[in-house]
Order: sequence, then structure tokens, then C-alpha cells
Amino acid sequence: MEVLVILVPLALGLGLVGLLGFLWSLKSGQYDDLEGAAWRAIQDDEPARETPSE
Amino acid sequence: MQATRDFSHYVRDAGAGLQHIDLAVEGVSCAGCMSKIERGLSAIPDVTLARVNLTDRRVALEWKEGALDPGRFIDRLAELGYKAYPFETESAEAAEADQSRFLLRCLGVAAFATMNVMMLSIPVWSGNAGDMIPVQRDFFHWLSALIALPAAAYAGQPFFRSALQVLRTRNVNMDVPISIGVMLALGMSVVETVNHAEHTYFDAAIMLLTFLLVGRYLDQSMRRRTRAVAGNLAALKAETVTKFVGADEIAQVPVAAINPGDIVLLRPGERCAIDGTVIEGRSEIDQSLITGETLYATAEHGTAVYAGSLNISGTLRVRVSAASEGTLLAEITRLLDNALQARSRYVRLADRASRLYAPVVHATALLTMLGWVLMGASWHDAIVTAVAVLIITCPCALGLAIPTVQTVASGAMFRAGVLLNSGDSIERLADVDHVIFDKTGTLTLPDLEVMNASEIPEDVLGLAGQLALASHHPVAASVARAANAKSPLAGAVEEPGQGVRGHVGGAEVRLGRPSFCGAEQLANDSLRLDPEASIVAFSFGDAKYVFSVRQGLRPDAKTMISALLKRRIAVEILSGDREPAVRAAARELGISEWRAGVTPADKIARIEDLKSQGFRVMMVGDGLNDAPSLAAAYVSMSPISAAHLSQATADLVFLGKPLAPVIAAIDFSRKALHLMRQNLWLAVGYNLLAVPIAISGVVTPLIAAAAMSGSSLLVMLNALRARRVAHGDA
Repeated sequence: MEVLVILVPLALGLGLVGLLGFLWSLKSGQYDDLEGAAWRAIQDDEPARETPSE
Repeated sequence: MQATRDFSHYVRDAGAGLQHIDLAVEGVSCAGCMSKIERGLSAIPDVTLARVNLTDRRVALEWKEGALDPGRFIDRLAELGYKAYPFETESAEAAEADQSRFLLRCLGVAAFATMNVMMLSIPVWSGNAGDMIPVQRDFFHWLSALIALPAAAYAGQPFFRSALQVLRTRNVNMDVPISIGVMLALGMSVVETVNHAEHTYFDAAIMLLTFLLVGRYLDQSMRRRTRAVAGNLAALKAETVTKFVGADEIAQVPVAAINPGDIVLLRPGERCAIDGTVIEGRSEIDQSLITGETLYATAEHGTAVYAGSLNISGTLRVRVSAASEGTLLAEITRLLDNALQARSRYVRLADRASRLYAPVVHATALLTMLGWVLMGASWHDAIVTAVAVLIITCPCALGLAIPTVQTVASGAMFRAGVLLNSGDSIERLADVDHVIFDKTGTLTLPDLEVMNASEIPEDVLGLAGQLALASHHPVAASVARAANAKSPLAGAVEEPGQGVRGHVGGAEVRLGRPSFCGAEQLANDSLRLDPEASIVAFSFGDAKYVFSVRQGLRPDAKTMISALLKRRIAVEILSGDREPAVRAAARELGISEWRAGVTPADKIARIEDLKSQGFRVMMVGDGLNDAPSLAAAYVSMSPISAAHLSQATADLVFLGKPLAPVIAAIDFSRKALHLMRQNLWLAVGYNLLAVPIAISGVVTPLIAAAAMSGSSLLVMLNALRARRVAHGDA
């Protein structure tokens, strides 16, 4: 049962990482346009710019 | 010919030498549009950011400072086939966005805590029956407390705040029993953990918060979306005025950038976008959008003009006045203030339910505790059982019963072209049994229409339309619209106050007053048929025709009125227009109750009269003169073309030309109210089953968790039915 000492904090730590990830994604505006995000995923890549940026 | 456009009012400094503007874009609906717009705009040199928000239908643009004129983006979007206009975020919308982000954060925290506490609870539940030793159980309980307590303190904020607020006003809402339940469950669980007891309720408390936050968030995001759409529509009206920036220099500026005291130019055929006083010029103006009166009024030095007036004949200079300066506006503002104060404090269904529910539940818990003590149980056991009753009855399903239905129903109404201004309007709309319509702009369309276009030969109509394009007169504009004319007739000359004339293949063509075209006889015949119409005559060589022009009824007005009557809803017209015009409209629509020449005060009096007879009155109106009665009615609705004040006052706003959204809104809200009641009964029924188990003291945390999620899922699924109504005879 000593394995709990490792497993429980590990599980909680992973959960916490998930939560922090969620809060970060929220802060960086990733939930502002859910409809658009769904479509962007399947959009074709933008063609390379004709004039190379300096 | 076009004055310079000045959008500097909307441009923000984005820092680092960049400038930012937000544009509302019409018609962005798919991924294709999104990439087309983004590529099209990024191709402009010096544009550093072009990003479409498909949810809000907006584009954010950034470019190097001073390199570009914002007008260019609008032109580029027009080339791509999209109408766009700068957009300014209102403070109300920004607040909604903040609130919705906060709720999402709370939801994230609560969901994280629920998952982790569940991970710890399930071994305890299964271990209690098997071989878990008490030390391990205690360890898991302490870990649960460690997660659940801070998470509940954070994620419970929306409920605790609202409960405190309502308690301060000595009232109860659903958040009061929720807050008490959560706090007692957590408190008792901590005590039980300290005492090495078998059962704790950390999981139930935090799961409750998660479910309720889902409901809150859905509700909030629907409201936010509605507000964003309403904001876009307001922006896309693109209301600009021609402002004098020098003695003789004019510029086209957005209305938002106009201040009191500015002088603006109002040309024939333009709709006034500001309130003000005429300081120079003389003209006829159509004030039908403001007063309902379709007869033109004379405007000269000193006349007050209001936003929405249509200038007919002459050019005017108008000094912009501060809000509510004019006499009409002051009177309406006074009436509106009175009506808003007297607006009956409607008690939402949810609050009515919680007023009944909270005392019953808390009394049951108290009686349970006393009962167990009287039967000889220890105080500790009695309190634990009482708290278990509170947890089981904690209104998870009750808290979700109404917001979920509201979200689904408002989404369905949104698709039908109805925007909700206030959250409880669905409940009130469902009870309506008497509808009062304003005539001008509500039953009729605000634009003039050629009523006899089908009787005129097509080639003649086409020619008249081409000629009409040479004139600014609104009546001529309606002829051009009816003919769908695109290119003006070359060499056409306008004779002020008379009409336009030109030449086609050697013959002279004229469009204008009947006397200008020599068609008085025809005009008189036509006027006898339809005395309310304006007559515009057309002569082509010796052939003469007359067009009868007036505000036409909304295309489906007649079927919608009969659909209302079929639903046993009484219909009535209260109009500020003259009697013959109102009588004609009432007869055509088959409405027997109508009043003409009604002042704003009379409208309120009539509504109060109906209210005292026990009717639930819905007012549908658009004019500035309707604003007070919109506030006085039980529930109110405005078309999107309505005056700003009226639109802000109305509970619901409908889009588009047809009247069908009015019926759709009534049908959806009736269905929604039915489902809300059903959901409340489902939640109560669940409690009737669960409470005896809790009172008897055999509830375990497992039963509590299962019962809670079961009942929540049930009401959520039931709420989904609000998406559809039976399509009878709408």
C-alpha cells in the first residue's frame, strides 16, 4: 500500500497540470471563438507569401 | 461627391506603433468566408493582423500606425462581398464577456475538483464494503477535504455572492438553499473526517457546484451571444451624419462621434440620425417613425427633429441637441421614467419556486433532527441525518430546471429571428393573452412601397425606375426600388418641388407631381381608391401612369394576425396616426379593435385599463412614442428598425421584414414555460422519493451522488425538447 504515497500525489499533480492548462487556455482567449476554432482546424494552410518577409 | 469618411473615432492604439479596429461583418457564416476575409485583408500591405471571430461575426484588424485608412478595409470587404462597419464594444457587452469568462474559470476549477474527489471517493465506497482499513479511509477523506474546500470556496463564489445579495434585501432565491447546502455538507464532512467517521460528502458538494455552474455558464453564453448580435446589427446600420467641420467644409462622420452643439447637414432623402433643432432651411419631414403620423410635417428654423425622421424635400442645417432636450422627447422621457418605476416587479418562476422550496426543505431538516433526538438518537447522529436531508434535497435539479430550458428556448428563438433583452421575458411572454400593435413601422414597413406596381407594364416601370434614380426624393426612391433599377437615365434633370424629366428616343419622360406630368385626372381616380397614398405620376410621350405609394403592410401581417386570433390572443391597434389610415389598415387585417390619433399617455392609459381587467398585455411597437407603453406593458417587443430608445426598452427585438417571429416567440415561450414547470415537478418528484430515504438515515454518499447526477441529467435532457414546437398554423 506504500505505492499510494506515490500514486495519489501523482494523480493529483496531473489533475492540477490539466487545470492550469485550462486556465491558461482560457486566459489566452482560446474560448473566445469556439465556432471559428472548430473550422480553423480543418482549414487548408495559407499559401506561402509571395514577398518574403524581411 | 461623397464627403470624406472619418473612422478615427473607432481606431484604438494597440501599442508598439500599431493601430487596432474591430469591424462587425454581415454574412460571415462559414469557414470559407473566414479564410476569404482573412486572406483578402492580410494581402493589404502593412496589415499585421486580420482575424475573424466566427462566433461574434467580427473581424479584428491591426496595422502599422498611419500607414492605412480604416475606410480601405471596409471597401476591401465590400469588394469581397461583405458589408462591414466599425464596431465599438459597449460596456454592457464587455461586462457580460468578463462574467462569462469568470464562470468558465469557476467551472474549470469545480470540474477538476469533482474528478479528483471522485477518484478518491470511489475507492472509499467500494472499500467500505470490503477491506479498506480506517487509516486509509481517513487519509482519503483528508485528501478530499484538501481539494474540495479551496475549490468550493473559489467556484462557489457566483452562488455565495448572489445569495448574500438577496439575503440583504430580505428575500430568498435558489442560491440561498444551494449555498447553505454546500456549506453544511462541507462543514459536516470536515467534522466527520476529524472524528474518523465512515461517510463524508465532499464529492456531493463539489459535484453539485459543477452541475450548477454548467447551467449558469450556458445561460450566460446565450445572453452574451444575443448581445453580440444586437451590437453588430446596431453597428451595421452604419449611421453616419454629414457634419460641418468648417464654415463650408463637410465630413461624413459616424453618429457615435457627434457631440451636442455640432452642426449637421440633412439632405433630401436622408434619414436623420440625431436629435436636434433646425437652424437653417425649410423642408417637409416624415416623422412617422417617431410619432406614427404618416402625414408630412413642415420643418423650418426652430423645429425640433428627432433621430429617425426622413427629410423629404429641402436641405436642412441642424444643430445637435443634448439628449431629451426637445419637447416631445422630454415628455416621452418623463412618461417612460414613470412607467419604468411602476413596472410591476415580476417574480421569476425560479424565485417563486425557491420561496416555497427553501422554507419547506429547511423545516424538514430541522424536524428530522428533532425527531431523531426525541427517538433517542445522539445529537451527533441526528445532526448528521439532518444534514444528509439537506444534501439530498439540495436543489441541483431545481437550479438547472429553468436555466437549461431558457438557454435552449432562447437559442431556438434566436434562430427564428428574435433576440431577448431580458432573461425573464420568456416566462412573461408565455402568459400573454392580449397583443397591442402600433401601426406605423410595426404592422407596416418603415419604407415606402409602390402599391400598384403589378398593374403597370414592366417596361414602363423599368423606365420610371431609371428616371427615379436621378431624384433624392424618398417617393422616387420607392419607385426605383419597385422597378429594381440599377442605372440612372442619362441626362435626367431634377426640377425642385416638381419632379425629374429626361429624354428617351426623342420622347420626353417625366416623373413627379401629377401636375408636372399632366396626369391630374388619373391621380384623382387613384386617390379615390386609396386616399392614404402619395401619388407620383409618370408620363412617357403621351402615355400617362400613376404610382400609388405608401408604407405597405408587412408581407405576412394578415396571416400572423389570424394566427394570433387562433391562439385565443386578442389583437388591437393603438396608433398615433390619423383615423382613415388606421381604419384602412385595421380593415385589411381583420382587426376590430383599433384607436387612432393616440398620444403616448393615452397608450399607457389603455394598457393600464386592460391590465386592471386582468389581461396580460404585450405591446409591439417601434416609434419613439411607443417607448413608454413598451415599458408599461406586461411584456414588449420591437422590430429591429425601431427607435433606439424603444429597442432598449422592449423585452424582445425581432429581425427582418415578416411578422412571423412574433408568433414564433410566443410559441417557443409557451413551450418553454411548459417545460420549466415540468422540470420543476420532475425535481420535486425526485425529492419526494429521496427525502424519506434521507430522513430514515440510511443515505450513503454513494446514494446522494447517484441521485443528484441522475436528476440533473433528467432535467437537462427534458430541456432539450424546447428546441422544437409543434408547427401548426404559424
